[in-house]
This record gives sequence, C-alpha cells and structure tokens, in this order.
Amino acid sequence: MRNTFSEALYDEAKKNPDIYIVVADISPGGTIAKFSTEYPERFINVGVAEQSMIGIAAGLALRGCQPFAYTIATFSLYRPFEMVRDDLCYQNLPVTVVGMGSGVIYSTLGGTHHTQEDIAVAGAIPNMQIIAPCDPAECTEATRHCATQKVGPIYLRIGKTGEPNLTKDAEPWQFGKLRYLRRGSDVCILSYGVIMKMATQIADSLAVGGKSVSLVSCHTLKPLDREGIAQALRTHKQVIVIEEHAPQGGLAPQTKQIAWDIKATCRLDTFTLQDKFIHNYGSHDDLLAAHGLSPQRILVAIA
Amino acid sequence: MATGKNAFNADAAKLRVNRYRKRILEVSQQVQALHIGSAYSCTEIVDVVYNGLMRHGEAGGTRDIFLMSKGHGCMIQYAILEERGTLTRAEMNGYCTPTGRLGCHPDHGNPGIEAATGALGHGLAMAVGMALAERGRKRDTIVYTVLSDGELQEGSTWEATLMASSFGVKNLVAFVDNNDFQSLGRTSQTHPSFYPVVEKYLAFGWESVEVDGHDSAAIHDAVASRKGDKPLMVVAKTTKGKGISYMENVPIWHYRSPNKDEYQQALKELEAAL
Repeated sequence: MRNTFSEALYDEAKKNPDIYIVVADISPGGTIAKFSTEYPERFINVGVAEQSMIGIAAGLALRGCQPFAYTIATFSLYRPFEMVRDDLCYQNLPVTVVGMGSGVIYSTLGGTHHTQEDIAVAGAIPNMQIIAPCDPAECTEATRHCATQKVGPIYLRIGKTGEPNLTKDAEPWQFGKLRYLRRGSDVCILSYGVIMKMATQIADSLAVGGKSVSLVSCHTLKPLDREGIAQALRTHKQVIVIEEHAPQGGLAPQTKQIAWDIKATCRLDTFTLQDKFIHNYGSHDDLLAAHGLSPQRILVAIA
Repeated sequence: MATGKNAFNADAAKLRVNRYRKRILEVSQQVQALHIGSAYSCTEIVDVVYNGLMRHGEAGGTRDIFLMSKGHGCMIQYAILEERGTLTRAEMNGYCTPTGRLGCHPDHGNPGIEAATGALGHGLAMAVGMALAERGRKRDTIVYTVLSDGELQEGSTWEATLMASSFGVKNLVAFVDNNDFQSLGRTSQTHPSFYPVVEKYLAFGWESVEVDGHDSAAIHDAVASRKGDKPLMVVAKTTKGKGISYMENVPIWHYRSPNKDEYQQALKELEAAL
C-alpha cells in the first residue's frame, strides 16, 4: 500500500508544484525515489525528528503548500501529538499525516511500533479527518483526495506492503461515504483498513453458508457516514464490525452509538483489538489472532 | 538580502517603544492577565523587526513574515499591528473579552498573525517550513521569529535548529528574548548549562551574535550586517518587565496586570523616560 501511496503522490506532485512530502527517516519506497530526484526541493527528510516533521509541514501549509508528513504510524501521530493538535488541527491546515504500518502490522517489532488507538487519538481532535483505505486501489483514491482537498488536516492510516486489491467490483470511492464492496440483505460487515482482507474471507464463508452478505469499507472514519451506517443497521438482520483498533474510540463503539440512537433492531457484533498490550512476536495474523481477531473465531461468534 | 541597512532611526524607535509600552499599560487596566513583563522584554526586538527590518510589500515588492514564537509576548505585536492599522482600536480594546478576537496568545486567522502560538517550542519549526515554502517559490521573503528562553529548553526547538542549517535555510532570522527568567527562577540558576547560547547556535551551523536586546540600533545592526549565507540567531540580552522599575526582573509580572496605583506609577516612569 505504501508503494501505491508513493505512485499516487508522485502523480499528483507532477501536476501540483505545491505538493511536498516531509518524511522522518522513513521513505515510502517505490516511486518516491522519482519524486525525490525530480523534485528535491519538495522532498524533505527531517531525519528522526517527528516534531519538526509536523511543524515544518505546518509552516509549508501556512504559506499555501499542500504537504504530506510521512512515517511509521505511531511516530507520525503519537510522538508529535501536540504539533498535530496545535499546528495542524487548531490552525486547520490541509496537511496529510500519513501513518504507515498502522494497527499491529509491525507485529514482530513489539508494542512501541503498534498503533492500536490512533483512530481514537486522532478522532478526538477537532478539525481532524481520518481516512483508512482497505486496499492499494482505495489508497490511491484516498491519496488523490488528500492531495487536492483544502478543508483541513487528514490522518491517512495506511498499511505497509503486500495487501491484495479487494475493491475491483466496488462502488466508486467517495470521501465521507460508506463504500459497498458487495451488497446483500442478511448480514452486513463493516470494516476498514488492512483487516478488510479478513472481513472478505468471513463474507465469503458466510456466502458459502447461504447468507446474502454486504461488505462495506468504512474508509472515512471522520467524518463518519452516520446515515450510511444507520441505513446498514436498518436494512440488515445482522451487522458485524471488524476493526484493527482498540475497543474505545473506533468504528465499533460509534456503530453501537448509532444503533442506540436509531433504536436498531438488528443483531450487532463487534470485533476489535483488545485493550491491552500483547507481547506476541509472530506474524501480523498471529498477533491479530492473539487479540481474538481470526476468521475462525469470528465465524463461531457470529453464528 | 535587503534588510533596510542604514535606514534605521534610533530616536524614532525610542519614541515608538515608549508609545507601545504605554498602550500595553492602558490595555492592562481592562484585564487580569496580560503577560506584560514578557511583552516589555521583547518590545525593542519586535519593534525593530516590524519598523526597521521587514519589507511590507510596498509597491508590490516582497512582504516579509513575522511569527511570534513566544506567543505570550504578543501584546507588543498587537500594539504594533494596531499602530500600523492592521488591527483596529476596537479590536485592541476587545483584548481578552468575550466578544473580542484577541487573546493572550496569537491566533491564526487574526489580522497580521501568521501562526497560532502559545504552546512553547512550536514556532521555529513552523518558521523553517515557511522559509522553505518561500524558497521553493523562488521568493526572497525573510521569515523573522522571536523565541523565549523557555523555548530553547524544548527539544522541538533544537530539532528545528538542526533542520534550518542542515537544509541551508538562509531566509530565516530568529531572536531569543534572553531575559533569563522563567516561572521558577532565573534560567542561569535553574539550568546553568543553558548557556552559552551563541556558541550552541554556531555549533549547529547558524550565524549567531549577542546584542543588548533593548538597544534598538544594535538589534538592527546585528541583522543588517549579517552575512546571509546561514540562518541567523540573535541572542538578545533583555530584562523582563523592562521600562517599569517595579516590574523589572520580578516574575509575578509575567502574568498579572497593574492595579490603579501601579498603573499611575508606571505611566509616570514611561513619561519620564522620554
């Protein structure tokens, strides 16, 4: 997904001389080498200095530029939190903070490299918008949006590498709107980000079992498409939320809130990371399973 | 880079800073909180920047930028912006009132304010970003900023210090309002390793000089005579609460406003200074 981000950003940068990328000793790889070669003035590597990464991006935006700040998710948001809050959100600047390798993707690197609570943290700040694409193709759409919008700051939560494209047959991507990857009438699975791959597997299993399944990418976490979620709750017998995020402040509690507000009558099950640091150094899937997120467990729980 | 060398009138500056201090004193009677000591500490610095160094886009030319990194000193910026007509008298009189637009720290979106500051250690990185944006657009804009002693204790300031020189930013002129005072005492006592400052900046690849921060002509000359091939840090030795005897180097005047008697005494002292 990071390579796709690079390609999309490079394409946008060719068209717009105001696009900058400020990185903190972490490069998106791939096409970004062309970006840095062709536009060295607009590729800024601050080194391991994330506070400066955000502050400099803010300064660029204050002079009318359209900067992206890029590093591993935890360092893009947690380390420079006050800069994100004050410099970007308080001043409402169109800076995209790219959090790469979000969730527990960096499984073997331990909790210091995990972002289990980034949606909650970023979402609590006024003016901050949040997009979490589910596959490389959606990442391209999201990056284009970030490169052209002037509304305010965006936290772009992306994966790392090797994600399959899941949205080939999906409806068009639209910022702030749920995106149905497939439509059904019995069960609706709401998810976002890299864990959409697992959501797709579960949807496939349910379909094999005779269920008519909707699979939805809730790529825009803020502003959340509340009406879209309300509609999903009204039109399905069962709604399932699957997210790679802590139980607090993510899609699951917000969906429950909407369900309460509209007096939804469907069954609602939510599956999230646990509210704990889990010391597991296996694969991404291993760590998700340690948090209780696996197709097998979820299929049993929703049966 | 054109910085108005040889165009500085120190006598006129003396009148201006006295006028600004009186105006700040006047506003102080309307509110409880003012940061008056902090504003008086950097009065000469900010005056020289606005009235002696910055180009204001005259005849369609360059418009330099000022960013008040030590946001708590913003009363002097407001007073200057009012005199320049950027802020109205009504806006100034509405300082820290429910219907006013001006608070104790500069807010982005207010007339003449380039960035929201107040939290310490944010301004220098934003100034570096602004300078890079201007350089990228092939403009000769100079970004001026004023920092406090406390800001030089923030790690983020040293990150930005490293960035400015590493990225070859030449169009950046920073001042530290080095009054040696913080909430819990003198910086030289609480953090003796804070000093020397000039040598630290030189080691970081900046040009740096020390000046008397209340000598307007010296401040002006320090900038006007810079080589211009590196970012410049002017370490301005200042006195907190400068100009009012009972405020000078008394930490309580970081925040509180004078009562009526104190106001009268301060006014007399400012009158006598002319």
